[in-house]
Amino acid sequence: MVFTIVAFILGIIMITAAIMAVGQKKLSTAIIAAGVVSLLASVLYLLLAAPDVAMTEASIGSGLTTIIFFYVLNKIKKTND
Amino acid sequence: MIKKSLILILLIALGGIFFSLFRSFTPQNELPDVGKYYAENAMEQVGAANLVTAVVVTYRGLDTLGEVTILFLTAAIIAFFLKHTNPKTKEKESKPSEILQTASRVLAPIIFMVGVYIFINGHLTPGGGFQGGAVVASGVILLILSNPNFKLNHRLITVVESISGLSFVIIGVLGIFLAGGFLDNSLLSLGTFGTIFSAGAVPIIYIFVGLKVGSELANIVATMNQE
Repeated sequence: MVFTIVAFILGIIMITAAIMAVGQKKLSTAIIAAGVVSLLASVLYLLLAAPDVAMTEASIGSGLTTIIFFYVLNKIKKTND
Repeated sequence: MIKKSLILILLIALGGIFFSLFRSFTPQNELPDVGKYYAENAMEQVGAANLVTAVVVTYRGLDTLGEVTILFLTAAIIAFFLKHTNPKTKEKESKPSEILQTASRVLAPIIFMVGVYIFINGHLTPGGGFQGGAVVASGVILLILSNPNFKLNHRLITVVESISGLSFVIIGVLGIFLAGGFLDNSLLSLGTFGTIFSAGAVPIIYIFVGLKVGSELANIVATMNQE
């Protein structure tokens, strides 16, 4: 029962963050929102007893991808200035 | 207007598909046949405490080799395409903030250590070569972000990557001659279950996978940085 409630809350936050990631005008906010989706997904994997998948999601999905997006955003801003 | 309604119809259709999948879902109380075989036999046959690693490295070792090859191809293609575009347009770099510089000095060694820990203990605890490699690569990216003039030694990275890829295949081929088949881990003794020197060749293979993935991902970002 507790698991269902936690999963439900996580799901709602994930959907909100996903919509934000698509619709947000400010790019840095959108990147962070996309990272939040991955991070909460990894928490969900952990709750579903899949620590290996959770680790992959946390390190690649929310770690590497977010950093690379920020990095590229920075590069583009520098080129535009 | 038509475009928007089309998107809406598509979304509703997708929602309908997922909802029908959700409705027809019944939880299984026992493992399917293949899973049962792995769960029952992996402890004696592979000797790895982490069942996922046992499946990924030995039973499905060929698939792992394929994944590593795909990653290698990606890194090679990125390096190839970014190499020839504008070679020297170094504009003035803005200095990263003091916080980032200091924090990266403290954090980078810890991140590297965690990454190495994850792939050395891949056969005991959750995680493994891919995860550990990604953590190591994110440490390298942190160094690059905090110091724009950071130069990664490309030759060293290439050597590490090639040697680990080659060793992975060689260990696999050795398995054909010394043990049961390609990527059979019992060419080394299985050791005591649950200790770090156990599961035969699994830790060695995972260390190589970790080094390969880490160097490839770091190389991709370093190439992007130089471009």
